[in-house]
Amino acid sequence: MDQSKIISRWRQAGTSSLMTTLLALGAVAGMLLLLDLDPFAISSALTSGSITTWVKFSYMLSVLVPLLLCSCGLLFTFRAGLWNIGIEGQVICGAICSTFILRLDSLPLPPATLFATALIFSCLGGALWGLLASLLKNHGGVNEIFGGLGLNFVAQGFILWLIFGPWKRAGIASMSGTDLLAKDFWLTNPAGWRVAPLALGLALLAFLLTCIILGATRFGLQLQSSGRNAQAARLFGIMPRFTTTIAMLLCGSLAGLTGGLQVTGVYHRLIPSISSGYGYLALLVVMLANYKTLPVPFISLIFACLAAGSIQLPMVLQVDSSLSGVIQGTLVLSALIVHGIQKRRKKE
Amino acid sequence: MESSIINIIAGIIAIASPLILAALGETITEKGGIINLSLDGTILLSAMTGFTVALQTDSLFTGFAAAALTGVVVAAVLAVIAIWLQQSQVAVGFALTFLCRDLAYFLGNPYAKQKGLQLTTLPLPYLDSIPVLGPIFFSHTIIVYGSMVAIPMAWYFLYHTNQGLTLRLVGENPNACWARGIKPRIVQTMYTLVGGALIGLAGAAFSLAIKPGWGRPQGCEGIGWIALALVIFGSWHPLRVAAGAYLFGFLQILGIYLQDFFPTIPSQVFQTAPFPLMIFTLILIHLGKDTTGKKRLRLLRLLSGNPPQALGKSYHPS
Repeated sequence: MDQSKIISRWRQAGTSSLMTTLLALGAVAGMLLLLDLDPFAISSALTSGSITTWVKFSYMLSVLVPLLLCSCGLLFTFRAGLWNIGIEGQVICGAICSTFILRLDSLPLPPATLFATALIFSCLGGALWGLLASLLKNHGGVNEIFGGLGLNFVAQGFILWLIFGPWKRAGIASMSGTDLLAKDFWLTNPAGWRVAPLALGLALLAFLLTCIILGATRFGLQLQSSGRNAQAARLFGIMPRFTTTIAMLLCGSLAGLTGGLQVTGVYHRLIPSISSGYGYLALLVVMLANYKTLPVPFISLIFACLAAGSIQLPMVLQVDSSLSGVIQGTLVLSALIVHGIQKRRKKE
Repeated sequence: MESSIINIIAGIIAIASPLILAALGETITEKGGIINLSLDGTILLSAMTGFTVALQTDSLFTGFAAAALTGVVVAAVLAVIAIWLQQSQVAVGFALTFLCRDLAYFLGNPYAKQKGLQLTTLPLPYLDSIPVLGPIFFSHTIIVYGSMVAIPMAWYFLYHTNQGLTLRLVGENPNACWARGIKPRIVQTMYTLVGGALIGLAGAAFSLAIKPGWGRPQGCEGIGWIALALVIFGSWHPLRVAAGAYLFGFLQILGIYLQDFFPTIPSQVFQTAPFPLMIFTLILIHLGKDTTGKKRLRLLRLLSGNPPQALGKSYHPS
C-alpha cells in the first residue's frame, strides 16, 4: 500500500470517529436539554467532581482500574466473537476466591505471600467461571449470553449465601458484608491517595499486554479468525473452540483479578455488591469503542469521570446521581446509531 | 390448612402475573426473530411512568396506558437501530437496559416513596363464590385476570391464526417470506412493538398492583432477566413459558416459607433458582436433539424445542 493511500485511510478513520464523537456529544446534550438540565452546568459539575483536586482525581482512578481491567478482558472475548455477559459473575467469583485465601490466616505463610496467592486465586476463580460459560456453550448448546447471565445470578446467590452463612460477621450477618480483612492484607495507598498504585499499575500492564497479544501475536490473529469465521479458521488449522475458550479464560482471569483488587484495595472485605456493576459498564465501554483496542482506555477514563463526578451531583445541582448512567447509555446508543447509518451509506 | 393452601395458590397466580405479561411479550418478539434484551430496564422504566402518570392524572387506566406506551417506545428504539440500521440486537438491547434503568431512577426520583394509586381486587360476580376455584382464580385485580387471559390468547394467535403463522415464518426463514411477498422487517417491527406493549404493562403491574409504589429499589429489579430466561425455559412456546412463570411464582413463595426453616439463607438465594433451571433445560434440549438418528428418552423429547431459526440475526433484503 503506498503512502497516500495509508494517509487517506487514516483521514477517513479520523473523520469517522470525530463524527461519532460529535454526534454522540450532541445526543447527550439533547438528552440533557430534554430532561430540563443545563448541559454546561452538568459538565462542569462532573469535571469538578472528578479531576479538579488530587483526592478526587485519585478516586476517579480507583474507578478506572476495574473498568479498564474488565474492558481488556472483554476485548479478547469480543474478538473471539463471544458476548461475555457473564463477566459480572467472573468478577464476583474472583472476589470470593481471594477472600477465601485471605481468610486462611492460620497458614504459616508471610502476609505478602498469602496476598500474592490471593490475587492469583482471584484470577483462577474468574477463569473457572469463564470456563464454565465456555463449556456450556461448546458442549451444552447453551448460548454464552444466557449461560453467562445464569452464572451471574448463581454467583450472586453464592456470595449472598457466604456473607449470610459461613462467612457472616461475628454477631450479626448483614448486607454490609463480612468482617474487615486483617490490615496486613490491605492494598496500601500512599497518604492522600484514594487509589492503590499497584492496582493502577496492574490495570495499565493488562492494557499493554492486551494491545500486544491482540495486535502483534499469532494468537491474536487466530482469535480474530475464529471470531469472524470459525469454519474458515478450521481450514487453516485453527481450532476455534480452543482459541475461544482461551479468550474466555483470559477474560475470566482479568475479571477475577478485578474482583480480588476490589476486595483487597477498595472495600477490604467481601460485600454482596462487590462487582458494583463494573463488568456490565465495561461491556458498554467496549461497545462504545466499537470493539477496538486503542480507544478503550480513553473511554474507560470518560466513564470513570462520569461515575466519580456524578457522586456530587445531588449536592451541587440537586440532581440524582443516576444521571451518569443516562449519559453513558445515551453515548452508546447514539454511537450505535452512527455506526448503523455509516454502514447503510457504505452499502449505497 | 385448606384455606392456607388456597391462599398460596392464589398468591402464586397473582405474583406471577407481571412475569407472564413480560415473558409472553418477549415470546412474541422472539418468535419473529428479534431478541429484546432490554426487558429489565423497560420493566423498570414503565413501572415508573405507570406509577407517576397514574398519580398525576389520578387515573389507573392512564397509568397502565402510559406504561404500555413506554414499552412501545423502547421497543421502537430497538426496532429502528437493530432491525432497520442492522446493529447487533444484543448490543442495542443491552445499552437500552442500562439507559432505561437509570432514566427510571432519575426521572422517578421526585416521586419516590410517595403514596400513589393501587389496583383493588375485583372479585368476579357469581364466579368468586365457587368453592376452592373462586378464591384461587376469580378474586384478583384486573391485571391478574389480564395475565390469565393473555396466555391462551397468545397461544391461539401464534398457532391458529394467519398472522401468527406469518410471524413464526419470519422468525424461521425471513428470506423465504421475502420471496412470498411478506416484508420481514415490517412484520418484525410490528410484533416487537406489540411485545413492548406487553412488557410495559408488566412494569405497571408491578408499580400499581403487585409491589405498589416507586422507590429505589422498586423491587422489580432482576425480573426482566428472569422473564428472558423463562422464554428459553419454555422453549418459545407460550403455554410452557406461562407454566415456567407459575413455577417461578411458586419458587418465590416457597422461598418465603423456606426462610423459616433455613433462616441463614437469604431469600435472594431462592430467587436465583430459575437460572440453574434454565441452563439445565437448555442442556436437556441440546441432549434431546436427535443428531444420531437414535430415539432419545421420551422426557427429553417432551422438553425439547427449537429457537426460531433466524433468532438474533438482522434481516437485510439483498
